[in-house]
Amino acid sequence: MSFINLSALWKIVVFGLLAGAGLPALFAAGMLSLSRGPKARTAGADSEVVVGGSLAGTIIAAVCFLVVLAAIGWGIYEVYRIGHPAPAK
Amino acid sequence: MLGLVVITALAFDFTNGFHDTGNAMATTIATGALRPRIAVALSGVLNLVGAFLSLAVAATIASGLVDTKLVTLTVVAAGLTGAIVWNLLTWFFGIPSSSSQALIGGVIGAMLAAAGGHAVQWHSLVAKVILPAVLAPVIAVLVAATGTWLLYRISRGLPAGGRNHGFRIGQIGSASMVSLAHGTNDAQKTMGVITLALIANGTLPADATAPFWVILTCALAISLGTYVGGWRVIRTLGKGLVKIEPPQGMAAQSSSAAVILLSASFGYALSTTHVATGSIVGTGLGKKGTDIRWNVAGRTVSAWVLTLPAAGIVGAAAYGLASAIGGSAGVIADLLILVAVSAVIYARSRASKVNHANVNDEWTGLVTPAEPQLKAAA
Repeated sequence: MSFINLSALWKIVVFGLLAGAGLPALFAAGMLSLSRGPKARTAGADSEVVVGGSLAGTIIAAVCFLVVLAAIGWGIYEVYRIGHPAPAK
Repeated sequence: MLGLVVITALAFDFTNGFHDTGNAMATTIATGALRPRIAVALSGVLNLVGAFLSLAVAATIASGLVDTKLVTLTVVAAGLTGAIVWNLLTWFFGIPSSSSQALIGGVIGAMLAAAGGHAVQWHSLVAKVILPAVLAPVIAVLVAATGTWLLYRISRGLPAGGRNHGFRIGQIGSASMVSLAHGTNDAQKTMGVITLALIANGTLPADATAPFWVILTCALAISLGTYVGGWRVIRTLGKGLVKIEPPQGMAAQSSSAAVILLSASFGYALSTTHVATGSIVGTGLGKKGTDIRWNVAGRTVSAWVLTLPAAGIVGAAAYGLASAIGGSAGVIADLLILVAVSAVIYARSRASKVNHANVNDEWTGLVTPAEPQLKAAA
């Protein structure tokens, strides 16, 4: 008769931090990486230019964005899987 | 009589939708990432999708909280009446309170009036509803504050224009996830209640899950409600609590989506509203120099504390009235009073209208230039 499921609680906190703070941080890192390069330096501080034009930067950014998308996709799949338990059970 | 109960339940689902639009879309609207109308439409569609995605929470509501053998249709109808009245009142005052707690409070209040304390599973109520309700906003504050701090730290080398542009795109993605999460969570609760009513009526066996037509109608009701949009609550969340910038909006919504989806997968019927509000306060804490309007936050938290007992009292009173009259006539009497109360609140709300055109006004004194065009388009 325990009131708090501690193992569920710490999982929610840890995965919550990973997904809720980590993924947006990765998104930000991708943006930062994307903005590196010659174009960004010529554009002023108020510009809306996000693409800097450096190849390495663009590739790193693409990896960051793909990881974010993959994590979201996996999350949705998990929700679906848990919400629809296999009937054989 | 079953039909009446189902209609009341769908009406609740509708209020649930429009009360909670702000959870997903308030920050998106406040930062201008999406236009208000487009935001609520997107949220509505994703709520519909989300409602089909998972059925874990429906089970908790249907079987976890009260003794299903003692539930009658009158109890369900009275409980829903309590929930709807509280939802409409808090909406009128623009308070982001929990629709889920209103529902649970209403049903438990009616159950207490009908059968007494032994019909309620108190341990389950504390472990699955009250404690998560206390913990969830705290976790949301933590996650959102961490996320906000990280986002500003990482993106501080970016020019402000480009940074905000990028994060607005991110916001659309994260707000979509919150809408999806809301569908998987809140649409489920009404499905649970209708299932409870069907079980009480003997239409379904006691261990049944929600039939397809229940899933479909609930999904439609909540997404329609979301589309209509609870502009008053959106204003409080988007403008009232914290003045939000795009990175903060994205941090808040990511935090909300993560906490809601994770908790739902553990079967906690927690309040998406509590999580979203906690996230928005957290994002204010995560960035130095952000003003958090603690008076607005304080008023909101006191409404949260009141939600369970207040909806419970209305639910109990509605049960008392319905059972004094007896049978279908009693339930109809409840519904008539409910319609009258709703009409009064609606009429009062017309006097101080908040809609898509002025949702971003006043609090900051900032009038978004896009709004006159939007009025013309609508």
